[in-house]
Amino acid sequence: MFAYYLDLALRSLKRNKVLTALMVLAIAVGIGASMTTLTVVHLLSGDPIPGKSGVLFFPQVDPENPARADHTEPYPAMDYRSATDLWNAHRADRQALVTSSPVKVRAPETGRPPLILSMLSTTTDFFPMFEVPFQYGAGWSAQDDANHARVAVISADLNAKLFGGANSVGRSLRVRDTDVRIVGVLKPWRPTPLFYDPWSQNFSKTEDVFVPFTSSMEINEGNFQAYTCWHVPDDTHHLQNSDCVWVWLWAELDSPAKASSYARFVADYAEQQKAMGRFAIGKEHVRVRDVMTMLTARGMVPDDVRLQAWLASAFLAICLFNAVGLLLAKFLRRSGEIGVRRALGASRRAIFSQCLVEAGVIGLLGGFFGWLLTLTGLWLVRQQPVDYAHLAHVDTAMFLTTFVTAVATSLLAGLIPALRASRVVPAWQLKAL
Amino acid sequence: MQIRPILAALRRHRLATLLIAMEIALACAVLCNACFLVVQRWKLIQTQSGVDENSLAVLTVNGFEPTQAADVNARMLVGLRAIPGMQAVTLINQVPFGPQAGAAGISRDADSFKNTIGVVDFVLAEPGTFQVLGLKLVEGRMPQADDYRPATNFAPMDAQVLVSRALAEHAWPGESPIGKEFWCDKLHFRVMGVVDHFARAHPREWGAQAAEWTVFTPTLPGGSLAGTYLLRASPADLPRVLRTARDAVAKIAPDVVLDQENSQTITDLRTDYFKSDRIMIDLLIGVIVTMLGVTALGIVGLASFWVQQRRRQIGVRRALGATRGDILRYFQTENFLIVTGGILLGMVLAFALNLALMTHYELPRLPLYYLPIGALVLWGLGQLAVLGPALRAAAVPPVVATRSV
Repeated sequence: MFAYYLDLALRSLKRNKVLTALMVLAIAVGIGASMTTLTVVHLLSGDPIPGKSGVLFFPQVDPENPARADHTEPYPAMDYRSATDLWNAHRADRQALVTSSPVKVRAPETGRPPLILSMLSTTTDFFPMFEVPFQYGAGWSAQDDANHARVAVISADLNAKLFGGANSVGRSLRVRDTDVRIVGVLKPWRPTPLFYDPWSQNFSKTEDVFVPFTSSMEINEGNFQAYTCWHVPDDTHHLQNSDCVWVWLWAELDSPAKASSYARFVADYAEQQKAMGRFAIGKEHVRVRDVMTMLTARGMVPDDVRLQAWLASAFLAICLFNAVGLLLAKFLRRSGEIGVRRALGASRRAIFSQCLVEAGVIGLLGGFFGWLLTLTGLWLVRQQPVDYAHLAHVDTAMFLTTFVTAVATSLLAGLIPALRASRVVPAWQLKAL
Repeated sequence: MQIRPILAALRRHRLATLLIAMEIALACAVLCNACFLVVQRWKLIQTQSGVDENSLAVLTVNGFEPTQAADVNARMLVGLRAIPGMQAVTLINQVPFGPQAGAAGISRDADSFKNTIGVVDFVLAEPGTFQVLGLKLVEGRMPQADDYRPATNFAPMDAQVLVSRALAEHAWPGESPIGKEFWCDKLHFRVMGVVDHFARAHPREWGAQAAEWTVFTPTLPGGSLAGTYLLRASPADLPRVLRTARDAVAKIAPDVVLDQENSQTITDLRTDYFKSDRIMIDLLIGVIVTMLGVTALGIVGLASFWVQQRRRQIGVRRALGATRGDILRYFQTENFLIVTGGILLGMVLAFALNLALMTHYELPRLPLYYLPIGALVLWGLGQLAVLGPALRAAAVPPVVATRSV
């Protein structure tokens, strides 16, 4: 029976090719537009470190004193003292102090002109905590942190640029005016969004040079930049004793119990600082968020992309109304035929299924072309000069979603017209013949 | 034209009529809001910088120590000024649409936490920069030689400054800003003049109201004023002059690093800066056009079906004396009624959509005049779309009536 209905559907669709093409096109365009934007939203709100995002926490306190009246959330960074106090307490399974700064880098042996790169200052746990993959060598040790060791880890990009991708472990790099020894080279690594840096652009690249926090404070002194300050520092470039936020902390806490006890510890610290008069606001402005919560609070998906998703959904709705209207008209035009079939003994269910098959065929065609349009749309997104362009690919989940949406959409569109067609009263139609 | 028979006929096609009206309603809501968004973005792109964009470029070098600043400045200024076609080179810390150098909160009192004015951009500039930028003075006086102070902090500790008109109107509404004082923590400033327009480095991030909250701060070279150079050349020469300047850096100061990305003409910086808005405008216009196209096709399709379905009735009417014009007008009126219904619903939807957008994005309220414009467009579209099927209907000969009744 299904094969017969399919045959009927194809014949009916062939009878008015232009109209069939219009309906398919309407569905395809609606699906193409909405699935392109939804795929982008889906990709942009992905988990940058699946499996660990639930155990990595970003503690925040609010050192601003006096606090502005409109200051309702703590800054996404801390002053030097708060960050190092919390780090020195060693309350987490793993923890990393982090800040980044621009620095001049040369590889004297290569004779290349100097580069200005972004340097990440951090502590030994950073690499295992964030599952940073190494091509050669490894990170530095806790001893190196304590000894202010002149060592560095470099990115795959920088290794390719300076050393042609060869194993450069043991070679030296001149960072500003200090020679450091390369101890590790990363594999290409680009967590998206760049979650560990709370004030980066969400989709920017990782830093190229990683140096122990303690060493970098000496190497690049004067070049660190504040996120913001609530008092103008006497010397804008020396931030360690300033009223500025510019350092942040990550903590790995393997169990919910540890997480809540760590949150209590940070809250106690803030209260204690408030009692000492150093903070204006205590535990009310303490946040200990895991990766996804922190990213949501920070707003991962650019406003423009969300706006596009809204628009595309409205657009899909318009296309749907269009398809339903046209299908309805098409089916009801055949009321005479349907009346005859009903009079000859076809059940309502039979008419209904026949119409639904026809709607389904249109939907499948629309879905197929819509899927092609989605691929084209994502290709277009990749050509755009936006920083998330490289992300715009169809993954399996979205591929299936697109196809299911397409078919479901068209069946839904076919449902009302098919239902209406199956309710045609045979006697009226026969009279009119 | 009798409306009652049309309504009676539409009652027989309630569902189809409702669907097409809903489609028009949604189209109306999206059309009004999308046009509104396009206009908003267009206004953003048109942000006035207040400087002679076509003649200006900026060149930034870094990677030198503060102790080398004086030497780097001296060598760069001499070297760049020697380039043929270069009209002027002066020091500045930031230009409109380039990287932001000195944004800070200011207040009317020395205690910076009360009576705040807002976050402004401090543009530090050495003697001559005011003229090179081409800023227009509207009140007060130009900076004199002894107004220039060294920037020992991120800005001079105590300085006479010029503010943009937008900032003056925000900070001291209805008063003359000349001689007014303001503070940034312990840094003290006094207003000596007002410039017409002067955009901050990142105008769109601070919203339309604060896009020009800029303080022109006369500053002596050195300290925070080093490494960024404002170049002026005739618009025709500018690209070549900039290219030569970029290539010359390696010879002028071999130790410094040229900031490739940010050494551009102001025009290029502006294009780059508003790139995402331009993409959004293209996209919105694409959506509007496709949406109107789909809606029109829907109307054509439905009207064609109805014309075919009613061939016999049309024949009967023609046989009973209706003219071609009567038939044509029947379908046109029918379409007008459906579209009107859709538009009425669409206006409500347009406002609902605008409210939703307002809560999620910093978007103003949809001005009322967008609604009649949207309505006119949709009426026009409907009439245009129905014209083909209606003409076909009008062409149905009366003889059809005699064939199968």
